[in-house]
Amino acid sequence: MTDTASQRYIPNRLHSRAHRTIRSWEALLLAVAIAIFIVNSFASPYFLNAWNLSDATFNFTEKAMIAFAMAMLIIAGEIDLSVASIIALASTAMGLALQYGAGTPELVVIGLTVGLLCGAFNAVFVTVLGLPSIVVTIGTMSLFRGISYIILGDDAFRGYPASFSWFGQGYIYWVFTVEMLLFVIIAVVYGVVLHKTNFGRAVYAIGNNPTGALFSGIRVQRVKFILFLLTGLMSGVAAVCLTSRLGSTRPSIATGMELEVVTMVVLGGVNILGGSGSIPGVVIAAFVMGLVTFGLGLLNVPGIVMSIFIGLLLIGVIALPRLWTMAVRRRKA
Amino acid sequence: MPFKLIPMRETILAGAIVVLLALIASRFPGFVAPSNLANVFNDTAPLIILALGQMVVILTRCIDLSVAANLALSGMAVAMLNVAMPGLPIPIIIAIAVMLGAAMGAINGILVWKLSIPPIVVTLGTMTIFRGIIFLISDGKWVNSHEMSAAFTGFSRTEILGLPVLSWIAIATIAVFGVMMSRTPLGRSVFAVGGNPHAAVYTGINVGKTQFLAFVISGALAGLTGYLWVARYAVAYVDIAGGFELEVVAACVIGGISIAGGVGSVGGAVLGAIFLGVVKNALPVVNISPFWQLAISGSAILIAVAFNAKGGGKKGRIILKTAEVSS
Repeated sequence: MTDTASQRYIPNRLHSRAHRTIRSWEALLLAVAIAIFIVNSFASPYFLNAWNLSDATFNFTEKAMIAFAMAMLIIAGEIDLSVASIIALASTAMGLALQYGAGTPELVVIGLTVGLLCGAFNAVFVTVLGLPSIVVTIGTMSLFRGISYIILGDDAFRGYPASFSWFGQGYIYWVFTVEMLLFVIIAVVYGVVLHKTNFGRAVYAIGNNPTGALFSGIRVQRVKFILFLLTGLMSGVAAVCLTSRLGSTRPSIATGMELEVVTMVVLGGVNILGGSGSIPGVVIAAFVMGLVTFGLGLLNVPGIVMSIFIGLLLIGVIALPRLWTMAVRRRKA
Repeated sequence: MPFKLIPMRETILAGAIVVLLALIASRFPGFVAPSNLANVFNDTAPLIILALGQMVVILTRCIDLSVAANLALSGMAVAMLNVAMPGLPIPIIIAIAVMLGAAMGAINGILVWKLSIPPIVVTLGTMTIFRGIIFLISDGKWVNSHEMSAAFTGFSRTEILGLPVLSWIAIATIAVFGVMMSRTPLGRSVFAVGGNPHAAVYTGINVGKTQFLAFVISGALAGLTGYLWVARYAVAYVDIAGGFELEVVAACVIGGISIAGGVGSVGGAVLGAIFLGVVKNALPVVNISPFWQLAISGSAILIAVAFNAKGGGKKGRIILKTAEVSS
C-alpha cells in the first residue's frame, strides 16, 4: 500500500563484479559483526568472557525466533506487527493456567496454542477477508495486549514451577543455553524450508508478484495463512522462553519487541517490500543486534538510548543502499 | 464512487455515537448533560487534532506511527523551554512547538519522498528515535506543574464562550481542514495521490512532495498537540502519550479513512475520534475498568476495517504499480 514512490528499475546488463560484491548483504553484515566484536572486546574488559557472551545471547535469541518467521512473512509481502502482543497474551494465558494448577507441559502447550490461535486470527482477517496486514496487525496489536490488560490489570502472575524455568534459564552444556539450542534448531529448520523447499520458492514468488504466483498455480492465500500461523507459533515459543526467563507475567511484557524483530529482519537484508532476503542474513543480523546491545549495555548505556540506535539502524540499513544506488545512478547519468 | 459512500459512512458512525450516548444516558443521564459532553469533547480534542493530521497522511497511502513520540518530544522541549525561560510568551511557545513538530514530520517526509523508504518503517524507526531523544534531553526527569509558569499551563484551560481554548483549537483545526481538503489544490492533490498515483503523476502532481507535505502537516499538528497535552496535564516525561499513535490510527480507520489511501473525509476522522472519546469517557461511568480500553480500540479497528473493506468494493489489480511513479 505504501510503496508508490519506490523505484523498481530493470538493468539492461548485470552490475560490475565490485558492485555485486558490495551488494552481497550477508558478507557486508558479517564484516560488521566481526568489527563490532573486535571493537567491543577493546571497549570493555568484561566482553570477552564465555559466561558474559552466553548471557548476551539472551538479547537476541527470543527475538530471532520470531524474526525467522517474520522474515518469511515479509518476503511474502505481508507483515505482522502484533508479535509482541501475542507474547503478552500467550504469557498471560500461561499465567492464568498456572492459577488453575497447570504443570510445565500444559503451560508449554497452552503458550504455543495461544500463539497459533493468534496467528490464525490475523491470518483469517488478512487472507479470508482480504484486508491489509498492516492495519489488521495494528488492530490485533492493541486487541491481544488489551486482553492481557483486561485479565491482569496492574497485577502480575508469578510462581512458575521450577521445571518451567528450564526453557529460559537452563543450560545444555557449559555456557550453551536451552534458548541457544532452540535458536539453532529453528534457524536450520527455517533456512531449509525457505531455501530448499517448494514452499520456500512459493514464498519468494508471492513476494515478487502475487498475481503471477497465483497464475503459476501457487495457492497464495493458503501460503500466507501458513506464514501467519508460523509467526504466531514462533511468538508462542518466544513467549514460553521469555516467561520462563523472567519468571513472571505482566501485561506490559515484551513491549516494543515488534520493532526490534522487524529491525532484525530488515537488517538481515530482507526487502521490506517483499520478494528477497535470506535466513543466514537474519541469523547474522541477530548476532549484530545482540552484540551491539550487549556492548552498549556493558558501557552502561540505558535501554531507551539503545532504542535510538535500533531506530537509526532500521532506517540506516534501508537508506544507505538506496543512497548508494542513487549516487551510482547519478554518476552514470 | 467513494463520494457517494462517504456521507453514508458518516451517517452510520454518527448514528452509532448517538445510540451509544442514548444507551449510556438510559442508565446515567448525567453523562449527556451539555457540560459533561463539553468535557468529553475537550478531552477528545488532542485525538481529533492528531486524527486530522493522520488522515492527510493515510489519504496519501502513507502512515505516521511517530505522532505520539513527536507529541511527547515537542511537549518536553517546550516544557523545558518554559522552565528555562518562564517569561516567554505563549504564542512563541506554540510557534516553537509547531515548528519542532513540523521539522520532525519533515524528517519522516524526506525519508519517504527522497529515499522511497516505506512509511511504516520510517515512522516505526523515528518513533523510537524521538522517544530516545526525550530521554537524552530530559535525562529521564519529569517536568512537573510547579516548575511551569502559570501562563503556560493556564492557556489551554482559559474559557472563551464557555469552552476551553483547547476545544476551540480543535474546532479551528476542523474548520481549517474542512476548507483545505475541499477547497485548495493541496487538498485535491492529497486525494489524487492516494486515489491513483499514476494518474496523479500525469496530472502534474508530484506524488512524493505531496506525501512529504502530508507528513509535515501531521508533524506540525503533533507539535501543537504536544504543547497542549503538556499544558493540560501539567507534566512532561518520557512516556507521555505512549501508544497514542494506535488510538490516532484507530480513530481514522473507524472514521472510514481507507488505509489503501484516497478515501476518507474530515467529518469521518472527527467522528471516529469522537467515537473513541465517548467510549473512553464512558468506561469509568458505566463502571468498566479502564484496562478494557486498549482491547476496545483494537476491536474497533478490526471491525471498522472489515466494514470499510465491504463498502469500498474490490480493489483493482495493479500490475507494475511502482514503475511509472518514478518521476
